Amino acid sequence: MPTDTAVRAEALVKTFGSTRALDGIDLEITTGTVLGLLGPNGAGKTTAVRILTTLLRPDSGRAWVAGHDVLAEPNLVRKSIGLSGQYAAVDENLTGFENLYMVGRLYGMNKPDARTRATELINRFRLTDAASRPAKTYSGGMRRRLDLAGALVAEPAVVLLDEPTTGLDPRGRLETWEVIGELVADGATVLLTTQYLEEADQLADTILVIDHGRVIATGTADQLKGEVGGERLEIVVSEQSEVDTTKRVLAEIGTGEVTVDQHGRRVQVVVEAGAKSLVEALRRLDVEGVTVLDVGLHRPTLDDVFLSLTGHATEEDS
Amino acid sequence: MTVLAQGLRDGRIVAWRNLLNVRRNTEWLMAAVVQPIMFVLLFAYVFGGALGGSDYREFLIAGIFVQTTAFNSAFTVIGLCSDLQKGIIDRFRSLPMSRLAVLLGRTTSDLVVSSMALVIMSLCGLVVGWRIRGSFLDAVFAYLLLLLFGFAMSWVGALVGLSSPSVEVAQSAGLMWLFPVTFISSAFVGAGTMPGPLRAIAEWNPFTAVIQSVRDLFGNDAPPGMAPPAGWPAEHAILYAVLSSLVILAVFMPLSVAKYRRVASK
Repeated sequence: MPTDTAVRAEALVKTFGSTRALDGIDLEITTGTVLGLLGPNGAGKTTAVRILTTLLRPDSGRAWVAGHDVLAEPNLVRKSIGLSGQYAAVDENLTGFENLYMVGRLYGMNKPDARTRATELINRFRLTDAASRPAKTYSGGMRRRLDLAGALVAEPAVVLLDEPTTGLDPRGRLETWEVIGELVADGATVLLTTQYLEEADQLADTILVIDHGRVIATGTADQLKGEVGGERLEIVVSEQSEVDTTKRVLAEIGTGEVTVDQHGRRVQVVVEAGAKSLVEALRRLDVEGVTVLDVGLHRPTLDDVFLSLTGHATEEDS
Repeated sequence: MTVLAQGLRDGRIVAWRNLLNVRRNTEWLMAAVVQPIMFVLLFAYVFGGALGGSDYREFLIAGIFVQTTAFNSAFTVIGLCSDLQKGIIDRFRSLPMSRLAVLLGRTTSDLVVSSMALVIMSLCGLVVGWRIRGSFLDAVFAYLLLLLFGFAMSWVGALVGLSSPSVEVAQSAGLMWLFPVTFISSAFVGAGTMPGPLRAIAEWNPFTAVIQSVRDLFGNDAPPGMAPPAGWPAEHAILYAVLSSLVILAVFMPLSVAKYRRVASK
């Protein structure tokens, strides 16, 4: 494994009963970058994380984390990773400080070192005021932060975060993003799984889209958006009667199918010439006497990418 | 660091965490402190009068000691199952810690809870008229035997806890199997009046041997008219009690650790 590769997996397969959770996944993460593993529920994201963190043995395939074989040297892998699972695994009856102190001790630190490190992380994750309160009094966002802090106690080379913002309210989500952003700025290698396209777009350098245990696309957020085609021109008109005219005009200007949201009187089409197409559309609609309420030109979102790759939306349970 | 040394070091840290949990969780504390008192008083005064009065109370205490120590294995069952459900076991398994530590920490913290329960029950027993009539050393040995047997039962509990699909199931499964094994013994009545097959089970039940050993060591005789258990296990009660505890440990420790290595979160 080259030294600039922090994580590598080859042809991972894992079957549970008749379900093929992983159907030959390959992945590679360059040291110091963030890989976003994006997919709907049941796509195999958690299974992949569990294999890379030595919690689960694959049926076939191999994987290395921080230079160590996951199957042959699990304890060396465990020394190099920090895991934050799907549900904040904090002990509710222990205080925030005690939770981190315990994790430090279990990573093999002596008492003074574990104490110093726990205090550092408590301050860094803005839990100072709550440090001596049992974790059961914490909000969802605070628990998540404490759990993330637990993954960082030993300053691991590779951090694995399984759906770090699932179940959080918008505020908790923003707080968590901020923390992950800081982590990345410090140079950690991160594997992050998410169902939220926005999250992968925000945090990941490279995105691996998986569905039914297979990788269906890979690249940067920009590359993936590029694959779906050009920008989308969107026109909102004021009268229902104007929708048909708008549809006709946009069909002539754009490429591909025109989509109409009748309820919002919103008409969309993919265009190749960007701003030029927009100006042309407005001019023609003006000639036709259509009152344009709102107009927009936007690059495809990852939602568009996912829909075009899989034929179903991310929220849909496969 | 050798495997065993690391297991003991990490196990101590997990035990510390478990004991903080017991101290801060009122329900657990109630179960650990109030339940033993309740058992002593209930059995002593509800059954006591009918079965031989103060003689029966003295006979009874050893049975309750063993029953409570064994029932404390339910803490192991519920504790492990709840850690599993909350993803805490996943975190532990992703750490470079001993594979033995979580189970050893759990069973030893429950040993501490059992010791506490034994102190409370002994005080309670003294109040209802029970006395240690044997030598000091015999009494110490009786308590050690009780703890060894409780420790062994906790390892059975560890396997039950790791195999339970949910905390609710663990709660009933953790206690249910204990009722027949405790009651088909000489804990509360002499085995002599039980029908043949049941009597054979009671005579060979390790519970009976532990209870008989403790009674012998404390010098507590059976009330008149209640025949003490017979047969080889009764004649070699202490040997049989120690041996069966060790056999339970030898079987359930490796089984539980193997289960822990593969266990998945719910």
